[in-house]
Amino acid sequence: MSLDKSEVQKIAWLARLAIDEQDIPNYSDELSNILGLVERMNSVKTDGISPLAHPLELPARLRADEVTEKDQRDHFQKHAPLTEEGCYLVPKVIE
Amino acid sequence: MHQSTLTQLAAALEAKQISSEELTRLYLDRCKQFNDSLNCFITITEDEAIEKAKLADKQRAENKHTALTGIPVAQKDIFCTNGIKTSCGSKMLDNFIAPYDATVVEKMNAAGFVTLGKTNMDEFAMGSSNETSFYGSVKNPWNTEYVPGGSSGGSASAVAARLAPIATGTDTGGSIRQPASLCGITGLKPTYGRVSRYGMIAFASSLDQGGPMALTAEDAALMMNVIAGFDERDSTSAEQAVDDYTKNLNNSIEGLKIGLPKEYFGEGLDSNIAKIVEEGIKELEKLGAVCKEIELPNTELSIPAYYVVAPAECSSNLSRFDGVRFGYRCDDPKDLSDLYCRSRGEGFGKEVKRRIMIGAYVLSAGYYDAYYLKAQQIRHLIRDDFQNAFKEVDVIAGPTATGTAFKLNEKINDPVSMYLSDIYTVSVNLAGLPAISMPAGFVNNLPVGMQLIGNYFDESRLLNIAHRYQQVTDHHIAIPEGFE
Repeated sequence: MSLDKSEVQKIAWLARLAIDEQDIPNYSDELSNILGLVERMNSVKTDGISPLAHPLELPARLRADEVTEKDQRDHFQKHAPLTEEGCYLVPKVIE
Repeated sequence: MHQSTLTQLAAALEAKQISSEELTRLYLDRCKQFNDSLNCFITITEDEAIEKAKLADKQRAENKHTALTGIPVAQKDIFCTNGIKTSCGSKMLDNFIAPYDATVVEKMNAAGFVTLGKTNMDEFAMGSSNETSFYGSVKNPWNTEYVPGGSSGGSASAVAARLAPIATGTDTGGSIRQPASLCGITGLKPTYGRVSRYGMIAFASSLDQGGPMALTAEDAALMMNVIAGFDERDSTSAEQAVDDYTKNLNNSIEGLKIGLPKEYFGEGLDSNIAKIVEEGIKELEKLGAVCKEIELPNTELSIPAYYVVAPAECSSNLSRFDGVRFGYRCDDPKDLSDLYCRSRGEGFGKEVKRRIMIGAYVLSAGYYDAYYLKAQQIRHLIRDDFQNAFKEVDVIAGPTATGTAFKLNEKINDPVSMYLSDIYTVSVNLAGLPAISMPAGFVNNLPVGMQLIGNYFDESRLLNIAHRYQQVTDHHIAIPEGFE
């Protein structure tokens, strides 16, 4: 499976990763090679086999709908990039 | 003293031959002495270690201690350590001071371990050579032109060089076992869910497990007693009761049935490695074990399946690194998209970006069935292969890695070649089984490990076999030249 430039750009956007224009051919080669490796999965038929998501097939645990965490906002925001009055600051989203 | 095992150190501390402070300073001095040449540590926590060691000595004086109180340990930099930088080997977390302790760290602290520092690792645990770290490559103490393996390369190198008597590692596709093999130490990946993942920075949530990297199986058992167990804060934590992992160490292995997968010993296996593993198996036979050839027919498919599942899960897990609440943020973001894209583009290294992109691709609309679903179906087949094998045998043996350590920079530019070397380890993670790598010999003075794979929650048996093996061999006692 060979990926072209526009596919690489699309994937980079899906993953919100900025990549340099000049690196695209490299990414294209590397990702195509990896997908080539992955293609080997097609050598076996798997019709009717159920997918295994959890290795031990244990169900997800449930717990009571109660608040168990305590508010540690100031503690967690100590090392945040940019905050103000308890909010995380980012560039303006809405014009 | 730095050549000692945990068991020997515990005895020395108990007999008051040395204090924890003296012991800690001894190891800290070695860490500082050798870190420039090996690059095992990202952070050496000298002040905190001495403070903790003094506390340990006080507890011993007041008889309020346990056997392990005051013993130094190195923590892989993937475990959150409260108030201490936790980088995961990445620029993305270069400025991250963890605001809490991982469960593994909390348990080890409570047991009295003294943290010497945070060990270097492949970035976000993605790699098999410890060459993808933002902080530079780690060197193998057996030959510093060679890699230690990865991703727990810093931990493996530190223990092999006797800079720390024991260390923690994590294993998603072999990252405890393979560096243990390449550095000549003993590494155990527990059953999925056995050790809590709370506070262990997530790479692939259905594959990750933390575990001990030690000089001996006995030491690994001692650490397992501390770290294993149910944790409410980890939603995938197993409620299975915890053994005393030291209890059965000395059991006889007479009659033990060992399966040898024909797929592991095929033409592709390097003859030097095959010879060493075969010698190891003979030792186990001398101890009373009985071998039988078995089949794990879907072994080859474990690599492509793993390199779909792991990147898919990593692309999801690493989406939390967005430059907003913690970690690296790019300068002068133009808008929110730019903030996300450039923080991530600049904060992540090449291998991480490759894997995130593969993950995003295989999970995207139109490709999910062909890739991710297919991989999960193959995962099912691989799990079934192992379960069928365990109907006939008690454990499965084979090589841990396809070769000895390779030279730095030899494989880093060929990701696929690096991925193919994971053939003996990844299927174990896909199936969620426990496995141990123990030192089995040397080729050109580079260590070779042998792997034992057990059924679910059978860590005691693996440790027992490894311990009996270590009682009749001495590969695990060998020390690299210059580090004696």
